Amino acid sequence: MIEFLYQFISQNVLSPVATYLFPLQYQPQALYVLQTIVKILSIMVPVLLTVAYFTYAERKVIGFIQARIGPNRVGFFGFSLWGLGQPIADAVKLIVKEIVIPTGSNKTLFIIAPILSLAPSIAAWAVIPFDDTKVLADINAGLLYVLALTSLAVYGVIIAGWASNSKYAFLGAMRSAAQIVAYEIAMGFALVGVLIAAGSLNLGEIVTAQSGSFIHWFWLPLLPLFIVYFISGVAETNRAPFDVAEGESEIVAGFHVEYGGMAFSVFFMAEYANMILIAVLSAIMFCGGWLSPFQGIPGLEDLFSWVPPIFWLLAKTSFFMFLFLWFRATFPRYRYDQIMRLGWKVFIPITIVWLVVISALVVTNTPPWFVA
Amino acid sequence: MIEQVVFYLFASMLLLSASMVVVMKNPIHAALFLVLSFFSSAAIWLLLQAEFLAIALVLVYVGAVMVLFLFVVMMLDINLVTIREGFARYLPVGIIVALLMVTAMGLVVGSNYFMSENYMAVKEVSADHSNTRELGLTLYTEYLYQFEIAGAILLVAIIAAISLSMSKAKLTKSKNPGDQVFVKKKDRLRVIKMQAEKKE
Amino acid sequence: MMTKVKNYITSLFLWELLKGLRLTGKHLFKRKITVQYPEEKTPQSHRFRGLHALRRYPNGEERCIACKLCEAVCPAVAITIESEPRDDGSRRTTRYDIDLTKCIFCGFCEESCPVDSIVETRIFEYHGEKRGDLLMTKPRLLEIGELAEKQIAEDRARDAFYR
Repeated sequence: MIEFLYQFISQNVLSPVATYLFPLQYQPQALYVLQTIVKILSIMVPVLLTVAYFTYAERKVIGFIQARIGPNRVGFFGFSLWGLGQPIADAVKLIVKEIVIPTGSNKTLFIIAPILSLAPSIAAWAVIPFDDTKVLADINAGLLYVLALTSLAVYGVIIAGWASNSKYAFLGAMRSAAQIVAYEIAMGFALVGVLIAAGSLNLGEIVTAQSGSFIHWFWLPLLPLFIVYFISGVAETNRAPFDVAEGESEIVAGFHVEYGGMAFSVFFMAEYANMILIAVLSAIMFCGGWLSPFQGIPGLEDLFSWVPPIFWLLAKTSFFMFLFLWFRATFPRYRYDQIMRLGWKVFIPITIVWLVVISALVVTNTPPWFVA
Repeated sequence: MIEQVVFYLFASMLLLSASMVVVMKNPIHAALFLVLSFFSSAAIWLLLQAEFLAIALVLVYVGAVMVLFLFVVMMLDINLVTIREGFARYLPVGIIVALLMVTAMGLVVGSNYFMSENYMAVKEVSADHSNTRELGLTLYTEYLYQFEIAGAILLVAIIAAISLSMSKAKLTKSKNPGDQVFVKKKDRLRVIKMQAEKKE
Repeated sequence: MMTKVKNYITSLFLWELLKGLRLTGKHLFKRKITVQYPEEKTPQSHRFRGLHALRRYPNGEERCIACKLCEAVCPAVAITIESEPRDDGSRRTTRYDIDLTKCIFCGFCEESCPVDSIVETRIFEYHGEKRGDLLMTKPRLLEIGELAEKQIAEDRARDAFYR
């Protein structure tokens, strides 16, 4: 259905536009650019919508865990619809609010910072494979690209903290910088494990390397790395229990104390977009991406063969997204030195040990995962 | 055509941001321009189909090294006046170093290595050609010794840095979280049975 | 030694964290206790201390005798009273102000009143839209008393047994 829609738009909207607006010799390039823009929008718009409704889901889930109901008033056309209109009402409120720029701040950097934190988390979606054919940019170094972009998100936080010219914001930025550098390494090592197991940096090939059945997925041979990756992901996105960069009980709101209105909401969106990204990456690298969990089970496999592969990816991603919320509702915030200890003294040794183990498994062609 | 436009765009951005690194008075701005110049050079490498190197540049330099740079620079309390004071004193040394570098660069650029006919044209490779694999093969066969030596030197540097920071006398009152985690109630708390006493 | 090894293993497998997750996971499906406020309300005590009111006797005579006990007892100094003899010679207030922005709703005024004149009603849903809206004057307090007299009398009767 998605392919059909894309073909329809491509033939009936983009081709005429390209033909009318551009001279003949540039038409193929123009058409290519237009098609790419449509593809980008078809990824970006759902991602941003998911971000909006992820905030709603967070409030609902945490509310339910705390024996509350969560937002249930704002709806559409006079129907409350369990509060489904809440994210839109929030967005409207934040858009019409004034952005206050502090006098002592560095104005250019103050404005650039939220953009810098949102841009990488959306740009990383370029290499995410939604099934074996649907991927925007099928590049060879996809895994590295994702790692590079997730490591850029820290710039938004650091620059925001510094440009605000506020002590709390600066403390938040310093905490976040040290934390992200620490967890970046563990995360990188976990991804090296995936790379060794799959023998490729291309995300699509990583998923196909996991095909077979539920136990062929990398979560089993790479279990410690999987756990380390996901926890590092939580730390990297500055989510509870690692949210000391905000630390509202100690440093008010950390790096974004001075931000309000749309500038604040861009930070907010960046945090949620990063969470979704980490969730989808965990699904792709450790839980078989778009592969069906019933693959290889006689009977069930045929029963579910009509389900489009993208559904499985979305289901797995939603599960990991739910985990983020579950963690936030369960765990109290870490003390700062404990965070540092966990990153440097626990995760890095674990990943290094398991890299040796996984290399041994690969070299000895251990079934069922690594058959030559 | 498009490739040339992109090249000139990023090349000019690279030159501009690199010169801004030198010109900027505020060290934070200089560091951020350095980040921008890393980005532009990564983009130029991408144009040369060296995607592994380009992304590794962003990952290592932008993602890790520059974050630490910024971390340190932001902590510094920089007084521009005291920095300016030494300007005249260090000027002769500065000029000598600058002249040396200009001659060195002139020699390299003037040599045959950089003549335009010696430029290798970018080889067109198919999309499934992985230059990560090529790079790995070269590193671990042809340049294995150099690679291992570089690794050993880095390891020595890490150990040296850690031992330097550990050798200082302990000035901070910090708890070891590892020990704290394993504290049990019975290690800390003792319940004593005692006779009730009468109040006088 | 053994306990240390056991500790390491349990912490490596995140046992305590999983226990926490199980607990919150159970609560996810528990019955929700939220009260949907404007539609549903929690029951109120008959000793509820809300908006103030001045009462009258059944014959229409105002109860307050301007003894100023409430003014004296008020810990937040929210009450201001001025008094003069009325034409018939009885002692009455000319001014009885309660500043609700100062009031802490402790109920001391009500306790101190010898004639049950100043009382606190069950009304708690009120607001002020402009400056001075929360400064209650004598006529307004009397008006509230007239409006809520039935409930006030009922609540006093229920509490009489304990006094």
